[in-house]
Amino acid sequence: MTAALEVRGLVRRYGPVIAVDGLDLTVEQGSLLALLGPNGAGKTTTVEICEGFARPDAGSVRVLGLDPWRQATALRPRIGVMLQSGGAHLSATADEMLRLVAASAGQPHDPRWLLGLLGLDAVARTPIRRLSGGQAQRLNLAMALVGRPELLFLDEPTAGLDPQARHLVWDLLRAARADGVTILLTTHLLDEAELLADRVVIIDHGRVVAAGTVQDLVASDAEWLSFAATAGLDLRKLRSALPDDYELTEPQPGRYRVRGAVTPAAMATVAAWCAQSDIEASDLQIGRRGLEDVFLEVTGRAVRS
Amino acid sequence: MLTAQTTFELRLLIRNGEQLLLALVIPVAALVGLTTITLIPLAEPRVEVVVPGVWTLAIMSAGFTSLAIATAFDRRYGVTKRLVGSGVSRRVLLAGKAASTALVVVGQLVLLSVVAVLLGWRPAGSPALGLLVASLGLFTFVGLGLWLGGTLKAEVVLGLANLIWLVLVALGGVIVPLTAAPGWLAEAGALTPAGALSEALRAALNDQAMPVGALLVLVGWAAMGWAATLQWFKWQ
Repeated sequence: MTAALEVRGLVRRYGPVIAVDGLDLTVEQGSLLALLGPNGAGKTTTVEICEGFARPDAGSVRVLGLDPWRQATALRPRIGVMLQSGGAHLSATADEMLRLVAASAGQPHDPRWLLGLLGLDAVARTPIRRLSGGQAQRLNLAMALVGRPELLFLDEPTAGLDPQARHLVWDLLRAARADGVTILLTTHLLDEAELLADRVVIIDHGRVVAAGTVQDLVASDAEWLSFAATAGLDLRKLRSALPDDYELTEPQPGRYRVRGAVTPAAMATVAAWCAQSDIEASDLQIGRRGLEDVFLEVTGRAVRS
Repeated sequence: MLTAQTTFELRLLIRNGEQLLLALVIPVAALVGLTTITLIPLAEPRVEVVVPGVWTLAIMSAGFTSLAIATAFDRRYGVTKRLVGSGVSRRVLLAGKAASTALVVVGQLVLLSVVAVLLGWRPAGSPALGLLVASLGLFTFVGLGLWLGGTLKAEVVLGLANLIWLVLVALGGVIVPLTAAPGWLAEAGALTPAGALSEALRAALNDQAMPVGALLVLVGWAAMGWAATLQWFKWQ
């Protein structure tokens, strides 16, 4: 497969702040890549550089074979851009705004059809100022899609959507991908990335901290077993009964978690310990770590401003 | 693409009550008021003195103040970035704004001329030459308006565009011809784009010798405004 987007050693500074610090990123043609990261990790800056809105300080960027900064005029008609917020004239109607954007494309989709597809028929003639957050967000997506782009940039496409609208957007993105559209999306919703992405790249402080398919990232022996019981139990006996590479914690009072391969032997050990110490365990759960665990592991738990 | 851009801008302009007020009601009110209310002494027939001033007022309001504010808020709300992102070139974007503004000004001048004729205006000079001068003035103010609206923050533009409008109305021979103003004011006023435009319009519409200096002042402001716009216009 060829790469629709290729970023090598990208650096972007804002005064003394280094927003992007030697980033590498490849999006294969026809695939969907989810770019994850805490607030301020450099996601939006990276996307803006790929869209030709900002100039890289160092590194190389090729989007559909073009340099987005120097060849923006040639690139723009081939990409679809969904901005994080705004992008619409508040006193224009949804229909007018979409038609205007469509007019700048060579072979646009029918704006009316697209509004219908996104459930915006009823508000086509409503001024954008009076659209709900979710409706404005869907209009934003429509504006990104209307020009039949080869490559779609979506900055948090489902932020502020209710569950129905979110599923609608997901279906639409799957359909676009099935049509061969390459998609780069940033998101805070890890289940969104898990559900849609062929590849996931997690960035922090402007660098890639993890990359791969969702399977790659979550696959490991880090499974877990958890149960509820009285708070503050003495865990030393169980600790010594379990093999050394198992981790035993009480993440919240009365909730215990054993991290490690959930083998029959491990389960028997836990059950035997409960029987010996007369512990009434309830709410027994077994799980694998999800993308969220990976995300928190590689980016830390501290809240970003 | 340019047609879509122009009609879109024009529809929004017409929908915006505040801008329509600035573009139509104020110049018409000024025309009728200054002609019929004789509080400010003017040469007779008053309407002949008033018309070039209200043309200047209309061109300045639409071409400079309204355009600067609308452009600044387009940038603030990401509209400009959105359009550029979908492949609208800077040239088309600026041309669309200029063209929709020009259409509004044509409407203004037609309405103002009809009202003026009803008030007894019989231009001694050449309306065609007047329109030519008006076009140069519009081109100048659009360049300056895009420069202001395309480079500063929306709130700052809102304040500055209105303030500059007031200063230009006061200095630019809009109400009383500069020839009737005290010496220093006339000299300062003649160097402003409004002063130069009003004097050139007076000459064209009232069949007087065209003041070449005023035309040069306009060309100078136009060159500055457009050069700055092309150099520094920002998407956001």
